[in-house]
Amino acid sequence: MDIHEYQAKEILARYNVEVPRGGLAYSPEQAAYRASEIGGSRWVVKAQIHSGARGKAGGIRLCANDKEISEAAEFMLGRKLVTAQTGPRGKLVSRLYVEEAMDIQREIYLGFVLDRKEERVMIVASGSGGMEIEEIAEREPDSIIRAVVDPGTGMMEFQAREIAFGLGLDNAIIGKAVQTLMGCYRAFRELDASMLEINPLVVTRDGRLLALDAKMSFDDNALFRRPQISELRDKSQEDPRETFASDRGLSYVGLDGRIGCIINGAGLAMATMDMIKIAGGEPANFLDIGGGASPERVAKSFRAVLGDKNVETILVNIFAGINRCDWVAEGVVKAIREVGVPVPLVVRLAGTNVEEGRRILAESGEQIIVAETLAEAAEKAVAAWKSVTRAAA
Amino acid sequence: MSILLNSKNRVIVQGFTGKIGSFHAEDMKRYGTNVVGGVTPGKGGTTHLGLPVFNTVKGAVQETGADTSIVFVPPPFAADSILEAADAGIKLCVCITDGIPSQDMIRVKRTMRRYRYEDRMRLIGPNCAGMITPGESLLGIMPGHIYLPGRVGIVGRSGTLGYEAASQMKAYGIGVSTSVGIGGDPINGSSFKDMLELFEEDPDTDAVVMIGEIGGPQEAEAALWAEKHMTKPLIAYIAGLSAPKGRKMGHAGAIISAFGESAQEKVEILKNAGVTIVPTPSSFGETVASVVGTGAEALRAAS
Repeated sequence: MDIHEYQAKEILARYNVEVPRGGLAYSPEQAAYRASEIGGSRWVVKAQIHSGARGKAGGIRLCANDKEISEAAEFMLGRKLVTAQTGPRGKLVSRLYVEEAMDIQREIYLGFVLDRKEERVMIVASGSGGMEIEEIAEREPDSIIRAVVDPGTGMMEFQAREIAFGLGLDNAIIGKAVQTLMGCYRAFRELDASMLEINPLVVTRDGRLLALDAKMSFDDNALFRRPQISELRDKSQEDPRETFASDRGLSYVGLDGRIGCIINGAGLAMATMDMIKIAGGEPANFLDIGGGASPERVAKSFRAVLGDKNVETILVNIFAGINRCDWVAEGVVKAIREVGVPVPLVVRLAGTNVEEGRRILAESGEQIIVAETLAEAAEKAVAAWKSVTRAAA
Repeated sequence: MSILLNSKNRVIVQGFTGKIGSFHAEDMKRYGTNVVGGVTPGKGGTTHLGLPVFNTVKGAVQETGADTSIVFVPPPFAADSILEAADAGIKLCVCITDGIPSQDMIRVKRTMRRYRYEDRMRLIGPNCAGMITPGESLLGIMPGHIYLPGRVGIVGRSGTLGYEAASQMKAYGIGVSTSVGIGGDPINGSSFKDMLELFEEDPDTDAVVMIGEIGGPQEAEAALWAEKHMTKPLIAYIAGLSAPKGRKMGHAGAIISAFGESAQEKVEILKNAGVTIVPTPSSFGETVASVVGTGAEALRAAS
């Protein structure tokens, strides 16, 4: 789960990471008022969306007076900001963060990630801040400092010192840097974060060290024990198709194709989508309905997939293991009658009692295209979709 | 014949009396797995499915001589259950539970390293379908009947995609020595490479099918190891050709977040290591048959 910049900064401030003074605004008037509260002569208005690369998309603006702040707020609020990371649909701006502008001397990159090779928390730092880490890795690979935390001891101060000195920071702020690094690690560890990125962490001309931007993501599997983090979820930043599905306990990822998918098991779902692509189509979604494939879950899945108006064909692929195909087939037929499926439907069943399952589908009287193999299912789905497209044209 | 699991393993079920634990315990017994009891704290001393229930894994090991466990405990308590098994002297533990926090798994792996190598438990999973040595023992939730006993090893992350592969192989008369699901989580007990090492040493495995997916470094690590050390044919499929970067495809670990983690890049790495690629998920049977021959040919060769 992702959170907003201002939320991440509120969290980090509690862990002794210094952040610029700022305030949240929902309107141009409020944005100007926040600036007057903060004081000073230059402010930054920042669109709060779950995406990086906001600056290039017009989501960050430096302002010198009320008028500029109001104009910036007017421009951003209610706009769907399309950044390099949001995809073409963009993300809606409904909150702004107004912050004092900093007099920056140096920009540093600081990230905490779960490293899958080490199977531990890894700290990644670079003196070349302000760029994305991928860009740093490509252009300044030697500038990257890495440290791995032993979960038995947690992060040690010597590791923080090594990073701080490695970044070439002045002696005067080494202590502050260690405090910042240790604070970040504690926040990561205590709140079950999966990613924490401060980019940039800045050294100001008056010798302060602050988090100018902050991004945090959290382990979905740990939210059960982090209710205060769960509360930060902002559904307006999610794909509405995915919110609908996740509210119904389905694992769904929206994509841009036309063939809707309902499959049991994440691996088989990915493989079926691959097969659709190989057959010349594009999947509209990833959907793993889970082990049970009960009639209720099948019906919910049809609703989730049909909620996407781009879907022109549906492919159901269920490998019945512990449960039986005949039972799954009955569920599919029941769901079709209950939900109503206005697009061509291809169903492939495999596993236990498959013959009986296919018989139930065939004898249901419903318009179901039955397939035996994975390849046949994908080919039939793509063919059905193409005939729909032709009919429309 | 197999790796890790055969009819001699003495199995206890952790989370034995719960709905899911009971269902699969019965299924495993039906398959012929040597289930000797189970653990549910607070229900020790009772009997469930005709088997003794214990409060602790230590108690179960003492009374039944169990050396193997399977965990069906809910996610908040699963890490604790895995370490309880490790501490009680269990040698092989399969964790089926999906949804264990990553930081819990970090601690599990760190703690397991405290044990001397020869005393250390081998963990399979979590978030997996378990493992099966066809005709001998089922330690998981897969449908036993889709696996033919034979001489090809399978190791994969996904449950149902593994079923797909096994049933396609069965259609060609190709059987399985052992099939292992290592699970879809970013941090798991055993890696692809760990399983390839065992299959390479197993005299009853002739070739191995590896079913990977997007995300993480384990397929590439396995490929590099296989190129240097593996004498048996390795056949691989990588799922997630159509997965966009940065999106989690169901499995917590199925996310392209770094260079080399996409399906295309992994396939390239595997090809360069001399691994035979299964080109589509519908051609597992065909590809494996082209390497090891169909069942009929294999039988003729043996006779």
